[in-house]
Amino acid sequence: MDLQSAWAVAAKDFKIFKRKSQIIYITIAFPLAVGIAFPLIVQYALYNAKSHLVGGLSITGLMDAFSVWFLIGAAIIPAAIASYSLVGEKIQKSLEPLLATPMTDGEILLGKTISGLVVPLAAIYAGSAIFMVLMDLVTHSKLGYLYYPNWHIGAILLVAPLICLFSVELNIIISSRINDVRTAQQMGMLSALPFFGLYFASEFGFFAFNDSNLLILAGVILVVDFVVFFVSRATFQREEILTKWK
Amino acid sequence: MIETENLTKKFGDLIVVDNVTLRVNDGEVFGFLGPNGAGKTTTVRMLCCLISKTSGTARIGNYEVGNRADQQKIRRMVGLLTENVGLYEELSAYDNLDFYGRFYRMDEQKRKEQIEYLLKMLGLWERRNEAAGTFSKGMKQKLAIARALIHDPQVLFLDEPTANLDPEAAKTVRDFILELKKQKRTIFLNTHLLDEAEKVCDRVAILKTRLIAIGTPQELRRSLSGRKIKVQLQRVDDVIVEAIKKIGFQVSEITNNGLVIDVNDPEKENQAILKAIEAAGGYVQFITETGSTLEDVYLKLVRG
Repeated sequence: MDLQSAWAVAAKDFKIFKRKSQIIYITIAFPLAVGIAFPLIVQYALYNAKSHLVGGLSITGLMDAFSVWFLIGAAIIPAAIASYSLVGEKIQKSLEPLLATPMTDGEILLGKTISGLVVPLAAIYAGSAIFMVLMDLVTHSKLGYLYYPNWHIGAILLVAPLICLFSVELNIIISSRINDVRTAQQMGMLSALPFFGLYFASEFGFFAFNDSNLLILAGVILVVDFVVFFVSRATFQREEILTKWK
Repeated sequence: MIETENLTKKFGDLIVVDNVTLRVNDGEVFGFLGPNGAGKTTTVRMLCCLISKTSGTARIGNYEVGNRADQQKIRRMVGLLTENVGLYEELSAYDNLDFYGRFYRMDEQKRKEQIEYLLKMLGLWERRNEAAGTFSKGMKQKLAIARALIHDPQVLFLDEPTANLDPEAAKTVRDFILELKKQKRTIFLNTHLLDEAEKVCDRVAILKTRLIAIGTPQELRRSLSGRKIKVQLQRVDDVIVEAIKKIGFQVSEITNNGLVIDVNDPEKENQAILKAIEAAGGYVQFITETGSTLEDVYLKLVRG
């Protein structure tokens, strides 16, 4: 596999993303909202709370619950980008010239995976950095120590790339069946459903996002990533693309 | 350079390309004519290793189409202008070409030189930093041709290069193809524009799922109706017509002081015809070869 070719595909996608304001907004909005809004909510709650408990939850419990939103973001943001990157090629009819180059299917897919992975992941990490700094700022006086960084957010940021990868591969499969960017993006959001499910399960006490469960989750998603990658590779066939993709 | 033998492509039970056998010589411009749905694009896609063949053989240079080991080598030696230009509209003309250049193991300097050469040759150099999406149809088509040539391929497949272009843009593209012809590249030109094929192609083939004719445009014209000459006279009378018939030629048409005469080899037979006309008192103003156009041949063959 020629990694330079795969990187060239990703670098080309980055250039296109820079010129697509819709992609920039989607990428920035979610991590920024989580990174800024949740610390503000915590600050507001602390201001009104009489003890270190907020609505029955400890401050740290609330912060841990909010940090799980970065996992949901890791599923949502790649859906927007990966859908565009492949459906965009279909719309512009640029896949045939691309397939006529000496690149292999694997190199094209790897390039698409990198472009769908790097930007959302950078946004998630940047958002989580803002989240940690602001949370520490608003809780330091109440807790008496800096809560972040800690192993919990570390585990979340370890799982995030695996979820991003799952979302990207799933979106490659979805994009191969759909022609419209918006529809592909909406369907791609389905990749976030399992993580929404886990989030609500944790809210109702059926699941805990503790460090050990996060590591188990990482292992499960890693296996799923492999399966979805092979399915996406099987879906991405030159002849199918040229003769059946509408 | 390009050889196929009984090349066939089926999609399910539908035969799209049926037993096509042809040979395109090195440095030749080969026109591939046929109506929509005749299998032209499918043939090109098979030859460029984009889709598999169902049966038959095909070779590009020394490489076998359909042989997994040769696929990459074939893709490296051919350039393809697809039916849809498929440019990245957000990227500049330069970036579009630079992106493709990276897949052919061209170093940065070589890419720069080749991009500059192609964009200057196609008159796009001054607009190299503008987004391709802002270009006119003709400019996009020229940029797509430049993309097909970025790696300096020996063989070029052009699928409908002047389709949907205005006459001026079409002429620019045709002139560029003629320029490429001078460079002795092998060009496989898919077109349904017969005038274009006649202007630029050394040989043409007519495809309607099966190959129904192949040869030079002149050969195809002659195969349909033989050769004819048109003799324009000051005046035509029966004596002149009889004089021509007497030496064994058929006058197929008499028009406004002109005679259309069926001949086999005008280069040798014209002298005798001219002498007979003059001997019969006729005064020749000019003489020219005429006959069926490639369009006549095409329509007759395609309509069966």
